[in-house]
Amino acid sequence: MVLQNIAFGVLAAVMVLAAWRLVTTQNVVRAALFLVIVLAGVAGQYVLLAAEFLFAVQIVVYIGAIVVLFLFGIMLTRAPIGRDAGLDNDQKALSAIVALFFLGVLGVVLVQAWGDTKLEFPKDPALLPRAADLGDAFLGPYVIPFEVVSVLLLAALVGAVAIARRD
Amino acid sequence: MLDNVWLIPLLPAVSFAVILLWGKRLPSKGAESGILAVGASFVLSVVVAAEWIAKSGPREAIEHSSTWLQSGSVKFGAGTHVDGLTVMMLLVVTFISLMVHVYSTGYMHGDRRYTYFFAALSLFTASMLLLVVSDNSLQFLVGWELVGVCSFMLIGHWWEEKDNSDAAVKAFLTTRTGDVGLMIGIITLFFAAKGSFNIAHLNQLALEGGISHRLLLVGGTCLFLGVVGKSAQFPLHTWLPDAMAGPTPVSALIHAATMVVAGVYLIARFYPVFFSGFSIDAGGVNAVAIIGSITLVIAALLAFVQDDVKKVLAYSTVSQLGYMVMALGVGAWSAGIFHLFTHAFFKALLFLAAGSVIHGVHSNNMSEMGGLRKHMPWTFRTFIIGSLALAGIPPLAGFFSKDEILLGAHENGFPLMLVVGLIGAFMTAAYMTRACYLVFWGEYRGHGHPHESPPSMVVPLQVLAVLSVVAGLVNTWVVGDRLRFAHWATVPGTEELIQRFRLEHAFALSDAAISVAVAVAGIGLAGLYYFRGALKPIRGLTRRSTAARAGYTLLVNKYYLDVFYTDIIVGSIKGPIAQAAYWFDQRVIDGVVNGAGVGAREVGRFTYDVIDQRVVDGLANGAGAGAEESGSILRLIQTGRVQQYAAALFGAAALFAVGLVLIT
Amino acid sequence: MYLSQFLLLAAVLFCIGIYGVLARRNAVLVLMSIELMLNAVNINLVAFGAFRRNVVGQVFALFVIAIAAAEVGVGLAIVLLIYRNRASIGLDEVDLMKG
Repeated sequence: MVLQNIAFGVLAAVMVLAAWRLVTTQNVVRAALFLVIVLAGVAGQYVLLAAEFLFAVQIVVYIGAIVVLFLFGIMLTRAPIGRDAGLDNDQKALSAIVALFFLGVLGVVLVQAWGDTKLEFPKDPALLPRAADLGDAFLGPYVIPFEVVSVLLLAALVGAVAIARRD
Repeated sequence: MLDNVWLIPLLPAVSFAVILLWGKRLPSKGAESGILAVGASFVLSVVVAAEWIAKSGPREAIEHSSTWLQSGSVKFGAGTHVDGLTVMMLLVVTFISLMVHVYSTGYMHGDRRYTYFFAALSLFTASMLLLVVSDNSLQFLVGWELVGVCSFMLIGHWWEEKDNSDAAVKAFLTTRTGDVGLMIGIITLFFAAKGSFNIAHLNQLALEGGISHRLLLVGGTCLFLGVVGKSAQFPLHTWLPDAMAGPTPVSALIHAATMVVAGVYLIARFYPVFFSGFSIDAGGVNAVAIIGSITLVIAALLAFVQDDVKKVLAYSTVSQLGYMVMALGVGAWSAGIFHLFTHAFFKALLFLAAGSVIHGVHSNNMSEMGGLRKHMPWTFRTFIIGSLALAGIPPLAGFFSKDEILLGAHENGFPLMLVVGLIGAFMTAAYMTRACYLVFWGEYRGHGHPHESPPSMVVPLQVLAVLSVVAGLVNTWVVGDRLRFAHWATVPGTEELIQRFRLEHAFALSDAAISVAVAVAGIGLAGLYYFRGALKPIRGLTRRSTAARAGYTLLVNKYYLDVFYTDIIVGSIKGPIAQAAYWFDQRVIDGVVNGAGVGAREVGRFTYDVIDQRVVDGLANGAGAGAEESGSILRLIQTGRVQQYAAALFGAAALFAVGLVLIT
Repeated sequence: MYLSQFLLLAAVLFCIGIYGVLARRNAVLVLMSIELMLNAVNINLVAFGAFRRNVVGQVFALFVIAIAAAEVGVGLAIVLLIYRNRASIGLDEVDLMKG
């Protein structure tokens, strides 16, 4: 129990720091790498939450595909690799205020609602949700969204190609 | 015949149409149609008279009427009403008209408009007869106006000379002035009689007291205005002497015997209205008597200074009409209409005789006459008879009728009128003597050779002379009770009015003696002056005495009444009043109108400049400008930068969240 | 472990993501910030799924991942297009809709 809390704490700190650096760094590539850190941290949180399949998917899809996509995008748009002074626009203050305000609202709401709710996991590992249960859910009650998502991915693929091709 | 009285006006009317259409082609150029028609009417009138007189017992008026058109509850009818008064008038009008027709064939021989003259005479006769037999006041008015028109046509018969057409216009306009009153009177009495034009009905209501006294007085006064115009009473008498510009037969028929007496007939016909309205029975001095007596005197005075023989007779007619009106004003109804009856004969006679003189001498002026008794014997004799009748010498006609008037004035308590009447009688005798002398005695002062007139002219004179002698006896015991004028020339229903004044007597000896004496004195004095050359002190009086000369000038200028009417009244209307009216029209009325236009224009301009341009357009433009301004301000929000939109979005979402949280 | 700690973590990440979306000029960086936000949401979903002891949270999270992948693909294609047309991907320069 204590171990989990410590793990959580470390992961959380790292994630927040990386996220903070993500939005404040003046170096695009570094931003991408910070993103990687954040995504990895998220994967770690999944483990803590007993969602091992998601942990795997997160690593593979997000870090493995999406970040690579980002890097391709950075490359293709000739974002200057290195320091770029003008990466922030001129409404930093306003954005900070909005973000903080939002944070304040969310924080107050969440704490008020679930401030002392404990997360309880079943002692028996056999009762923990497994990947097989996910599969059953996808092919059971959620089969239609599952299929639709696949169509969506197809559409996105075709769409991306159609938009970005040169002719 | 009493039921078919409508035939009597119809025959001359048909003759009028016949003469208009075929007159020139007839052998006598239309005269025979006129004479035939009027002669037939006269015969029918005699039949009517005989039937009326022959009726035994109390007589009732015979009325026939049919509705011509009806408007709402008002019926406009046409009808006849026959009673003693009607019968008398029928006899007079048809007989005199017949005499004049016969006379005119000689007098108007070779005239430039011979046929039209006879057409007009026929129309006039028809109109006068229509007036006389009317049973309602509207029909009466139609006849009244028609005779006015015929008078205009006939006075202006020789209209090529401007004086003649002027005289015709003057006659028409002056009588028209009186007719305004007549029309108002008829309408007033229509409403007084609760919506009926019927004269007998009106008279009955007036006698029974069904109409208020004030209403009767107003109606009667308005009617009397018409009488003043038509019967040439003071102050509207000025047209009658000028009307002598017409041919002498016209003067005889219209302005002596028939048209001018229409006013007297009106008073006689509507007598209950006058009697009650003017309170004649109370013996009080009333407008009718006063006007009558004034007219009597001033006209007689004017007759003294005339050179034109027709003008002498014209003023004499005015004076005698004054007698008739005065008689009706003092309640001597029967006397008044009896005088109408006799006067018709001897005045027509005098005019026709004068016409004969004029025809022979070719001049109207007595200064160019003289000594004609040798040249025109029959004219002379008949003229003298007429003059004596007019002067009132018994047993000629005028004596009886004039004496009755004076008797009535005496017995009904109007002493002033009696005195005036006697003075008038004196003057009548005097000026007629003067006229006779100047025309028939002395040396002939004219040109050419005067000769007697042809029989077509002399015979009517003789007939009329005979009547002038005997007509007066109709009201005496000589003709017996039944034929006695006062017995049959009555209006049933008003007998008690007449009987109240006990005019049963032909004359009272004492009064008769005084009036005869006065007349004889008049003849005598004038005779002395002219025939004997005596009364030296009077001769040349106007040359020596300023007062006498002033009086003479006043008379010669007809009391300056004509000057007053023409120059002062008409002139001031034409001049200052018209100018003032024109100024008023131009400045005030046009000012108002123009001002309204200018005002409208100014209002329009103001509306345009201030209200429309500034206020309304300001509002409209302001709305647009406001939209523009606010738009250009709001437009700044649209930066096109997505992140700013996103910032707004997130901020709003956060606020919403806060709101939701707070609510729940 | 408390549920709220995961939720708070997710909230923090989400708000940092908001800041990034609003404050970054480079379009790619904006997309990255969006990914950050999506991941925060995923953490939320899974946490709630664990709290409810069923697998629905994870199912939903998987869907989000799939859609995020599609979105990044199309989004980067659009960014490429913008870069090709305008030679720059500064979002404050894309103000064609400026009123």
